[in-house]
Amino acid sequence: MGVAKYSKDKRGAIQEVELHSGIKVKASYGPEDLERVGFEYQQDLGQPGHYPFTRSLHPLGFRSREWTVRQYSGFGTPSETNERFKLLIAHGQTGLNVAFDLPTQMGYDSDHPLAEGEVGRVGMAVDTLADFEAAFQGIDLAKVGSGLTINAVAAIMLAMYEALARRWGVDTARISATPQNDILKEIIGRGAWIFPVRPAVDLVGDLIEYATAQGHLPRCNPVSVCGYHIRESGATPAQEIAFAFGIAFAYLDNVMARGYGPDQVVERFSFNFNIFGNLWEQVAKFRAARKLWARLLKERYGVREAKALFLRGLFGGGGFGLTKAQPENNIVRGAYYALAAALGGAQTTALCSYDEAYTIPTPQAALLSLRTLQILMDEMGLRDTVDPLAGSYFIETLTKEMEGKILEEMERVERWGGMVAAVESGEVQRLVASQAFQWEKDLLEGRRVKVGVNKYTEGGSQAEVELHQYSEESAARQVASLQEVKRGRAQREVARCLGDLEKALKDRRNVMPILVECCAAYATVGEMAGVMRQVLGEMKEPSIF
Amino acid sequence: MADARQSAPVRVLVAKPGLDGHDRGAKVVAYALREGGMEVIYGGLHQSTEQILQTALQEAVDVIGLSIMSGAHLPICRRLMRGLADKGLSQIKVVVGGVIPQPDIPRLLELGVAAVFPGGTPLPEIVEGVRRVARAAQEA
Repeated sequence: MGVAKYSKDKRGAIQEVELHSGIKVKASYGPEDLERVGFEYQQDLGQPGHYPFTRSLHPLGFRSREWTVRQYSGFGTPSETNERFKLLIAHGQTGLNVAFDLPTQMGYDSDHPLAEGEVGRVGMAVDTLADFEAAFQGIDLAKVGSGLTINAVAAIMLAMYEALARRWGVDTARISATPQNDILKEIIGRGAWIFPVRPAVDLVGDLIEYATAQGHLPRCNPVSVCGYHIRESGATPAQEIAFAFGIAFAYLDNVMARGYGPDQVVERFSFNFNIFGNLWEQVAKFRAARKLWARLLKERYGVREAKALFLRGLFGGGGFGLTKAQPENNIVRGAYYALAAALGGAQTTALCSYDEAYTIPTPQAALLSLRTLQILMDEMGLRDTVDPLAGSYFIETLTKEMEGKILEEMERVERWGGMVAAVESGEVQRLVASQAFQWEKDLLEGRRVKVGVNKYTEGGSQAEVELHQYSEESAARQVASLQEVKRGRAQREVARCLGDLEKALKDRRNVMPILVECCAAYATVGEMAGVMRQVLGEMKEPSIF
Repeated sequence: MADARQSAPVRVLVAKPGLDGHDRGAKVVAYALREGGMEVIYGGLHQSTEQILQTALQEAVDVIGLSIMSGAHLPICRRLMRGLADKGLSQIKVVVGGVIPQPDIPRLLELGVAAVFPGGTPLPEIVEGVRRVARAAQEA
């Protein structure tokens, strides 16, 4: 059983299976099913590394290169985070995925009253460039890529990364950062938004334009569109993809409206998708998404470059699938989720730790997640051949059906007037929240099964999970170091930069160049975001109840 | 369920204090309380304790339900309980849900929080718990 819906006969045999996206699964599949869904080898599958990329972006898949592992980490002060980064790199992690604390995500300095009790709690605190200097100390920015999990103030954080490279004399053409920079999903599902929807989307566009079309940061991926969080909030797998595509198109349109062609902009978009749930549905979802993205870009946007058609991204996490009950079960779930990512051809991955339903992962739990991913690649044969499920009657039929479902959900987005309008009106939030409630009712009433939660609830350990303790002391250290930086900087230069930022915002010019100057002058995140708040205003949440 | 009809419906403010924006839980609980016959005011995200107190007062709620996932539940509840006392609103009861470690539950209760529903608490238990707290408050 599992998170699909099952109906059974009196003797317990399964009569009907309905996947979360609403697709019915048959007892067995054959060539007639491929015919029924209109499957054509060249058009729907083709060779790995060739259009439509259903099987893989690269001809040799994991043979040529295994996935990049980017465990999400960061807490406390930047120097504490630096130690965790170095630990993960020492254990074989090949990229960083930086977690920021909530004040930073919300554009407040560590000494702001709203930051009380939150400094360094769910990620590292960043107030000024000095914090980036400490966090990345000893890490070669030209070699290690960094995901920056930041949205409302993504432009500030990427500017800071560039300012850091400049300060250290690293060629900015060689630095590789992926700021999440997806404000629409933030409003739908993760909540760290500041500015009203339209100006917020313009800021997303500024960063994308600066990094791609204007050519300033050729190795940075300017946006990671997160179906992930929309799914965590209650979307189905088909909606996860459809809404993410709707969001990606909104950003692409924003930048193209500034007079650029699609290829150079979209070729560096990336995505973040979730891996929990029914195994087959996830695998079909990834395959269908890769195919559909390529097809839509080609047919709707006239994108030509093969590389610009790649659906690149991180397939990982799985947070919502983990349970607080019987936490060890999460170790096992994580392994299967990772398998779904591998069978789905994840280019980059990460895996939530088994204790995440309780707390910020302990180092042991984080390492166990990393090992889980490594075991798949190094022991279980997931690198042996590309897209091992290709050609399965079931998987190919399901992939095709999933494609149809995603397109249906995309039509819904079009009826809403596109993703920007849907987020502004709260339509998408309303749909997703009501589905989340329905999901909980399904669990309560036994229509969906979650082991340890509503079935096999006896036994299992009640073991106390080791907690990551919040340190008042390190929060105080952070505030002290912020105040020291503020005392030591050239105040007049800071004031000039912030004044220029205000002008750029009012003139609706791209804010990235001036943000880099602000960061280099040690302006604080709170000061820069403060100017933005003042000029752009703050979002008022649409009522969805 | 039946006795919910016998007296004035319970009014609950569901809010997310502080900066954390993970609101799936808060929204699901809001739906469940409403389905349980209560009047739910959904306060939304990024609420300061001051804003929560204002809304609670304006909406004349019996219960404030806070959803906190960031780990900042102790400082937030300390501030909120102090605010309720200062404003003479101690008749309003506070319940807390979210990522709450077991050892912190007695600490929250000591601060005057009426009930704690850590992640994984079944919805009917939350609905019953809120109703119980509200009834006790209405009768007091």
